[in-house]
Amino acid sequence: MADNNRPYNLVGKNFTPPDIRAKVTGRATYSEDYRADGMAYIKMLLSPMPHALVTNIDASAALAMEGVYGVMTADDVPSFPNPGEQILSNEPNFVGEPILAVAAVDETTASNALELITVEYEELPFVLDPMESLFPGGPDAYNGGNLVSALRAEEQDEVENIGVISHKWTARDFAAVADGQLPMGEPTMDWQFGDIDSAFEDAALVLDETFVTGCNSHHSMEPRSAFSYWENGKCFVHGSTQSQMFIVPALAGLVGVPPDQLVYISEFCGGGFGSKGGAYAVMAVPAHFSRLIGRPCMLRVTRAEEYYLGSARAGFQGRAKLGFNAEGKMTAADVYIVQQSGSKNPFSDYGSAGGMVALVYTPTNMRFRAIPIGTNTTPCGPQRGPGQNQMSAAMEPLMDKAAIALGIDPLEIRRINAPDHDALTGGERRQKVSSSYMLDALDMGAERFDWASKIARNGERNGSKVIGIGIGQGYHGAGISGFDGLLRIMPDGKVHIHSGVGNLGTYSYASTARVAAEVLGASWENCVVEHGDTRKHLPWTIGQFGSLTTFTMSRANYAAAMDAKQKLQEIAAMDLGGAPEDYDLANETVFRISDPELNISFAQAAQRAIELGGKFSGAQAPDDIFFLTQASVGGIAGTGLVGVARDNIPLNEHVAAMTASFAMVEVDVETGNYEILEYVSTADCGTIVHPLGLEGQVRGGAVMGIGMARSERQIYDPQNGLPGSVNLYQAKPPSYLDVPSIMDVAAVDKPDPNIPMGMKGVGEPPVGAAVGSIISAISNALGGHYFNRNPVTPDMIVNAVSGNEQSNSPLQIFTQ
Amino acid sequence: MRPENQSRRSFIKGIIASGAVASTGGLMFISGCSDNSSIPASGSVERLISLNINGTVRRVDVLPNETLAMTLRNKLGLTGTKIACDRGECGACCVLLDGVSFNSCSMLSHSLTDKNITTIEGIASPAGELHPVQTAMIEELAPQCGFCTSGQVISAVALLDQNPNPTRDEARQAMAGNLCRCGAYDHYLNAVLRAAGEIA
Repeated sequence: MADNNRPYNLVGKNFTPPDIRAKVTGRATYSEDYRADGMAYIKMLLSPMPHALVTNIDASAALAMEGVYGVMTADDVPSFPNPGEQILSNEPNFVGEPILAVAAVDETTASNALELITVEYEELPFVLDPMESLFPGGPDAYNGGNLVSALRAEEQDEVENIGVISHKWTARDFAAVADGQLPMGEPTMDWQFGDIDSAFEDAALVLDETFVTGCNSHHSMEPRSAFSYWENGKCFVHGSTQSQMFIVPALAGLVGVPPDQLVYISEFCGGGFGSKGGAYAVMAVPAHFSRLIGRPCMLRVTRAEEYYLGSARAGFQGRAKLGFNAEGKMTAADVYIVQQSGSKNPFSDYGSAGGMVALVYTPTNMRFRAIPIGTNTTPCGPQRGPGQNQMSAAMEPLMDKAAIALGIDPLEIRRINAPDHDALTGGERRQKVSSSYMLDALDMGAERFDWASKIARNGERNGSKVIGIGIGQGYHGAGISGFDGLLRIMPDGKVHIHSGVGNLGTYSYASTARVAAEVLGASWENCVVEHGDTRKHLPWTIGQFGSLTTFTMSRANYAAAMDAKQKLQEIAAMDLGGAPEDYDLANETVFRISDPELNISFAQAAQRAIELGGKFSGAQAPDDIFFLTQASVGGIAGTGLVGVARDNIPLNEHVAAMTASFAMVEVDVETGNYEILEYVSTADCGTIVHPLGLEGQVRGGAVMGIGMARSERQIYDPQNGLPGSVNLYQAKPPSYLDVPSIMDVAAVDKPDPNIPMGMKGVGEPPVGAAVGSIISAISNALGGHYFNRNPVTPDMIVNAVSGNEQSNSPLQIFTQ
Repeated sequence: MRPENQSRRSFIKGIIASGAVASTGGLMFISGCSDNSSIPASGSVERLISLNINGTVRRVDVLPNETLAMTLRNKLGLTGTKIACDRGECGACCVLLDGVSFNSCSMLSHSLTDKNITTIEGIASPAGELHPVQTAMIEELAPQCGFCTSGQVISAVALLDQNPNPTRDEARQAMAGNLCRCGAYDHYLNAVLRAAGEIA
């Protein structure tokens, strides 16, 4: 992707991010890389059962061991409302939930001490499949229910009633559907627009399909290790999180201190993909233990532990009834999603699933129903495109099915239904999108892929190998507003841009800081990005998730830079005469437009700001910024010219990013294996901010989507509820050899109107586009066989080709 | 991924001799442990050994069951070597042994006294001049989160030492033991080929 031709010095250009050298030299410090004198090492005892009550703990022998500093149980830490994540729990509801922890001189001693601890449990019924839990009399995964009560309409107004309830469908609901079809009892979410009944009556084609999308782990390379100590009443936490400032209030709550008593350091994060977007309970274990024993504490989470207690994408059991007119327009969609939500608070994948169908396929009439049901499995949280990307896996092959039935080209049916700038979101309140260039992305991708010649090869057979061609589409929200930006110009002339967003590895913390430099006309070499540590006086910003950083932080940094620009102009007018608007910025100076010789350097202006005080030096801060930003402004006040502002730029539309992908696969019908021969992906992400960073996101998202399509899923032993995918070789994220070694990526590069320079985030849609395109390509290679499930594994392909029954029933989840 | 003089059997025998297996629980929650204590361990192996690391001989107190990854990270302060799976599946802990890339989580430190060990910290010159592989990875924006990057650099350096001019597919095969969840494979391969061009 070449640097673009916009009139920007920095935006749209490649650069060397300030933290990348540390990554290639091994000097980047992640949470487990910190050491302190006298530190203790923690090992946790994890629940061996999917649902139980701890009735007795005997740790006396462990406590008597040499080198053991202490044992911490659930009684020593705060507990949180059911079904929230607990730091330690006496009522575990998934295999791997931490029961207690031991701190010792080293990990070996701590592990040996765990062996001497006796825990007695009372086993409770457990459930893996929402259908079983919804069946009358079925077991509940939470203690006291299977559904968060606030989600059920009649409970929503009763604040006291927050908690869980047992929600069952009727036997009649189950009996009302044919074998293998999703029953559709009382949901918790139910919205519609238009009139689907008459639309189905008028439709030229109606599809009615039941499908399952897989639950898969996040597999972050860095497990969620944490290190913590206390100093002068303050708690220091080194954690692995995608976000920096966004973590602080929630983590302070987990640790039990006010936010200003927490020092949070997360300069690097070894992967999160949604699983480390917010604070999570286990990262508070070393903080509490450190307070208990008065030593710095390290919790090194192992790979297996990460699989047990980390996070996973929620699985869906769904049904989609789709109506099309003869021209291929989707006139009706009736979609029902049952979300397998895992053992703790459900994430809103199910809601996003409905939004995805409404926006990507723009049905003229739609009804959407959904319900999230707890399961005694790994807690499920957001994973890169939560909800939207499961729907890409389920819906894209159905678009092909409709295309074949109606005799329409698969590209054309997507073009006919693609959202334009007037497209509306789903939900109770429909909102217009800020911009949508899905059509452009489809056309650009089709051209790069050479669609016409490729689709002509679909079904081409060479020995046991068959060519398949597929298209996938992905969408995600791409930005919100209302966060703070903060920067300061120092008396040495350097511009320090304070970023509280986090460092997930997308480099967007830096590329959005460049927006501030762009506004100020500063050279990048003269800028310093302050990030990764609350002691660096960081502003309150969104966390690094939801494809939000690029849009949200560009706006916040723009707002702070405009504030600094205004102050620079005022200082220049004060000292050189004229009005502020007579001045502009370039080359780290503020100069008079009519006479550029008349100027003040940034260094001089910073010195003047310190002398002037008030708003110029940060001694006075705007009232509308968040209290954590107020504190940070206070920390740097008087050191330079401070630019600080809340992003109050109007935003009344839904910011959306889109991606289209095209894949050519070669399926070996004898082995069920397949290779991806060609892959093209094109993104609608507004103005390109950082070409190489964007390429990395689109390709990286494709790798993750290929994993969803071909291999990644959690499995459980149905008899005992034990997880069976707790190592990489079992959980199967893609390696170099599972993905094409060259992926062609590009972007539409058309600006969004809701942000000064037009950029939008695009971290998530490439995943959905990838999984949709691969599964569609496999289906098309097999002449339109629909698996209605992801991942599509080789045995499924062999069964389909040989006409054998699949080894799993249509609604079965956690399948091999 | 073991030194040629150490079979899987001798690796397992080493572990058994240390008593680690006997203390492992029924569930696999308890795995490879750091150990920086003065608590006596069973076994009769000499604990103070010499390891040649990044051109310097380091004397270090090592337990019989201790892996090189643990020694590097917990005894020698070389935390650039990452532990992501601790069982030879992901390549994040790769180091060079006499120029060949190995998973340091799956080798006992005791078996490596006759090897030249190079960790990620030893890839750039002592003056801080980056290896062409490192420079190329920066230019291609290969690392994302960075946690697998040390291992990717090590495997790329080992490859180019053996085969200074690999094809893209040869590079792909050679790097296949290094997982990257960010999915930056394409960019790492671009970097390997770019570095090959620089070296040649």
